[in-house]
Amino acid sequence: MEVKELVRAIDIKAAYTLLNESKGSKVMAGGAWMKLSVKSVDKLILLDDLDLDYIKEENEFLEIGAMTSLRTIEMHPAIKSLSSGILTKAIKSIMGVQVRNVATIGGSVMGRFAFSDILGALLVLDCQLCFHGLHEISVFDFLQMPKVPSDILLSIKIKKSSEKGYFHKVSKTHLDFSLLNIAITKNELFKIAIGSRPQTATLAINTANFLNSQSEINEDTVKKAVEIACDEIKVSTNLRASKEYREVLLKTYLTRGLLEVIK
Amino acid sequence: MKINLKINGQSRQFLIEPNEYLLDVLRKNDYLSVRRGCDNTSCGVCTVLIDNKPVPSCSVLAARCENKEITTVEGVEKEVEKLARYFGELGADQCGYCNPSMALTVYALKLENKNASIEEVKEYLVGNLCRCTGYIAQHEAIMKYLGDES
Amino acid sequence: MKVVNNLTHSIDGMGIMKGRKAFTDDFAEKDTLIVKVMRSPYAYAKILEINDSEARKLEGIEMVLTHKDFKRIPFTRAGQGYPEPSPHDKFVLDEYVRYIGDEVLAVVGRSDEICDKALSLIKVEYEVLEPVLDFETAKDNPIVIHPENEIHEMFDIGFQPKRNIAASYAMEIGDVKKSLSECEYVIKETFYTQAQAHVMLEPHTVNARMDYQNRLCIYSATQTPFHVRRIISQGLEIPLSKIRVIKPRVGGGFGGKQAIHGEMLVAYVTYKTNKPTKMIYSRKEVFESSYSRHPMRIEMTLGADKDGRLKAINCEGLSDTGAYGEHALTVFMVTGSKVLPLYNKVDSVRFAGDIVYTNHTPAGAFRGYGAIQGNFALESAVDILCKKMKMDPILFRQINMMKEKETSPIFAIMGEGTAGTAMIMETCKLEECIEKGMALIGWKDKYPRIESKDKIRSVGMAIAMQGSGIPYIDMGSATIKLNDDGFYNLMVGATEIGQGSDTVLTQIAAEELMTTVDKVVIYSSDTDLTPFDVGAYASSTTYISGNAVWKAAKELKEKMIVEAARILKTKVENIDFDGKTFMNRASNEKITLVDLSNQITYSHEQKQLQVTSSYVGHKSPPPFMAGFVEIEIDKATYEIDILHYVSVVDCGTTINPMLAKGQVDGAIVQGLGMAHFEEVIYGANGKLISSDMLNYKIPTRLDIKKLTTVFVDSYEETGPFGAKSVGEIGIDTPPAALANAVANALDVRITTLPVTSEKIFKEIRRINDEK
Repeated sequence: MEVKELVRAIDIKAAYTLLNESKGSKVMAGGAWMKLSVKSVDKLILLDDLDLDYIKEENEFLEIGAMTSLRTIEMHPAIKSLSSGILTKAIKSIMGVQVRNVATIGGSVMGRFAFSDILGALLVLDCQLCFHGLHEISVFDFLQMPKVPSDILLSIKIKKSSEKGYFHKVSKTHLDFSLLNIAITKNELFKIAIGSRPQTATLAINTANFLNSQSEINEDTVKKAVEIACDEIKVSTNLRASKEYREVLLKTYLTRGLLEVIK
Repeated sequence: MKINLKINGQSRQFLIEPNEYLLDVLRKNDYLSVRRGCDNTSCGVCTVLIDNKPVPSCSVLAARCENKEITTVEGVEKEVEKLARYFGELGADQCGYCNPSMALTVYALKLENKNASIEEVKEYLVGNLCRCTGYIAQHEAIMKYLGDES
Repeated sequence: MKVVNNLTHSIDGMGIMKGRKAFTDDFAEKDTLIVKVMRSPYAYAKILEINDSEARKLEGIEMVLTHKDFKRIPFTRAGQGYPEPSPHDKFVLDEYVRYIGDEVLAVVGRSDEICDKALSLIKVEYEVLEPVLDFETAKDNPIVIHPENEIHEMFDIGFQPKRNIAASYAMEIGDVKKSLSECEYVIKETFYTQAQAHVMLEPHTVNARMDYQNRLCIYSATQTPFHVRRIISQGLEIPLSKIRVIKPRVGGGFGGKQAIHGEMLVAYVTYKTNKPTKMIYSRKEVFESSYSRHPMRIEMTLGADKDGRLKAINCEGLSDTGAYGEHALTVFMVTGSKVLPLYNKVDSVRFAGDIVYTNHTPAGAFRGYGAIQGNFALESAVDILCKKMKMDPILFRQINMMKEKETSPIFAIMGEGTAGTAMIMETCKLEECIEKGMALIGWKDKYPRIESKDKIRSVGMAIAMQGSGIPYIDMGSATIKLNDDGFYNLMVGATEIGQGSDTVLTQIAAEELMTTVDKVVIYSSDTDLTPFDVGAYASSTTYISGNAVWKAAKELKEKMIVEAARILKTKVENIDFDGKTFMNRASNEKITLVDLSNQITYSHEQKQLQVTSSYVGHKSPPPFMAGFVEIEIDKATYEIDILHYVSVVDCGTTINPMLAKGQVDGAIVQGLGMAHFEEVIYGANGKLISSDMLNYKIPTRLDIKKLTTVFVDSYEETGPFGAKSVGEIGIDTPPAALANAVANALDVRITTLPVTSEKIFKEIRRINDEK
């Protein structure tokens, strides 16, 4: 990666201004993926001095600073108890400890990686992204934006919940990207996200609506819900798996996941 | 640009380019135990410790390491000796290209979780690939090392 | 035995883990030129014009090398016995590029960055040619991949470049057609194997400098330093005497370093400029621009009589050597010669096929070397036949397989590139291997499968054989000298590449000299300092080089006894030596080894005691093994969990039982990689897509749950202290064992490697659609 200039931002405002000054500016979070995906940067902005590496526990919320490493998040006890620990599970399945020590939650969100395991988990948790310019926005709305906003992500706020959750990733080896991942939470309402389809994670809204409209959830309603999901969620073929095989994975693990959360 | 690093307890100053990775800076300056394997964080061979945490030095910009404590195997020789003895005893040595990086990762695990189970050992080290040994003998050796109170 | 077959730590593990300077790049000069290669973006093209004037002007660029800089001397990069059985079909640089990743030109500059900059400034105009990407259409294709006239074979290997044939081979014993027509049961199946990548963790690395005697001194991460020296000398017309090749510690080879890589360019630049030069392959270059395993199509026809006796084998192969023919013939021959003799009671056996050129990354040597491909086909086919006969596959093997004191006519007919050598199996403990393996995996309780709600557990197995060096071709030698203070130097051309040969050879010397391993200081390998050895390949080091060491140790011992007899004034027959002291049995007078060595070094009738011995095998005693796998398959997704792999191995005496176990464990996991994990993906234009470690997945430490590796008692009379080889045998069984386990679980036969969940899913869907 070619870097013409490296700037350590002195405060968030400065970082925001630098980023929006010219098209050739980029923020570096952990940097591991950037090395592989970016050829040249005019101005590389570092957020290392902005104290964005923290996990704060409030009464209702957990707030994770954008520059917090995945490893720190995965080891945090409060995160482990969020919805059966689905965020911990999603993070633990990413690469090795070395990478998770440098990769940050901010980078994982802003990259909007198609293969991301984290985005699915965040989609089904009750959480907001806190930006410098945009202020608060849901993960779902963030993923709907046609382009990644030219903004500085400051933190992620997650509503505390001991609701039941399910996360499952299918991959060929323990260091591989997902062929598919599924995240489910059930509080009063169901939320279901499917990722690495191979497109970026998305919510199965119709499926969740169907389940949420049922007075009782049993094996039959789960079966029906899975049918709706297979219709609703588009999967396709890439190097790692075919569309047809992804459909099997979706059907199988959505069924298993739903049965687990209603247990 | 100049950076100040503390490598194995010794303060060093290097002249670097803004896009240089820690791996290249270390090798250029004769820290030859740190090696390149895959270029993209997939193999673990370039592992060093930054503030006692294992990181892939192939993908960490040196410029971001200002005033950080970097540890290579040369910095923890006593621990490495102990681990190497168990590797020898259990036949866990083969080509050894990855062994310094493995030793550092095992040492970091010991600092974090001395009582790690064998499953925790495997999870912690999954980013350290080995194409020679089939891993099993390594796990036996690492468990013995973690249990060694001496 | 006190040292051999006892617990001995690897002699170098401690220093290696401490990160001591050991590997090739650790010895590169500080101020060195860097070589970087421009790689072809086309699968097949002719270079019309190269505009490098801007690049040459760059500050820090020393030279730009194109095909015009090199005399047209065809050679093979394969590190094999000379003359090589591989076609001489490669030029240092050529005006044709034959695969995506092939060498177009090279830039030489003072840093990586300058070289990258120079590469970006060079414009190359190509005439893009249509490539041959499907190896099944390569033979007699109107597109000819090697149209040039200078290329040639060294002796008859069936080289027909105008037909895209790099080599071909055929042999038949008996009349297969006739035998098959008399069989009660006949099955025929076609198998495909993929271009597995070695993924040794140290990339291909080489550096060179002119030394103070004005000789070219090369450090190379190679398995074959002596072959490297010869190939460079021939390819660049540098006198052999001017070249020194040093092989430092090598970070894994698996056959991938049994051919030259950057050596030719680096040697050329240093010889021409007198400046130090180095080249390190990027990981992408290791995948895309070195060598893979030969992908093959193997058609296997088996015929048996009504009692389940195997009567005939017809094995027809087609092997894809990619753009160049390194190891083309010999890998293919091993597919027959180290596989088909497993079933030696047949009336007839035929083995034939072509090794064709395509516009893909070249194939080359890789642990298993044809045997793993053949084993997958044969051992899968045996289970298919058993299913048809409704016969227990273990019983079938017990009836039909090779047994001790038996032979196969194939040994005499098929060698590697040449005729073979007849031999009797003096050691073959396959029966015991199978029996022990069945017990260790719990076969009787688990075969064929156990079903639960969502999962099926099943077991599968395969047997295998390998060789121990190539008879009458592979030569190893060793020099041992006695030093003052009574310790020894052992100099070997044998090539430690991480497999532990330095430790094993030291143990052999120490055992014979009745001393401890710390008293034997080994050095390998350096073409100036160590005696000749073909290198680390063909499962030859323990058997061939080990025999050379053993012989040298015995001879040195005799020489020491002569000196002791002289000093103690008696006949040699009266001398007893226990490793430390020489005693005159007649007079009880003694002299210690320390005193003797000090005396002959410094004070009286001074001389250097030193012996060099060589060994060439007269046979290649095969190690044998039985491999058993237990898996769990998800009934809905067909995801496979590999629960346990049991290997029971007959490799003769294990010189170092822990390292031998390490060889088998490592080979099993590499074999399971080929069997299940390692998919090779090419794009439609011929580009290798699985060309980095994000997209080519080798097994991690969480992917294989349990390995059990045991050795049966066995003593090979011709091996050092009874040893046969153990380096390759472990890789052969996993593909067939896994495919058989899947068939036992689901009644689905996967015939294309790797056996993936998605392939099982598609095959089951296909079967259901047909119904």
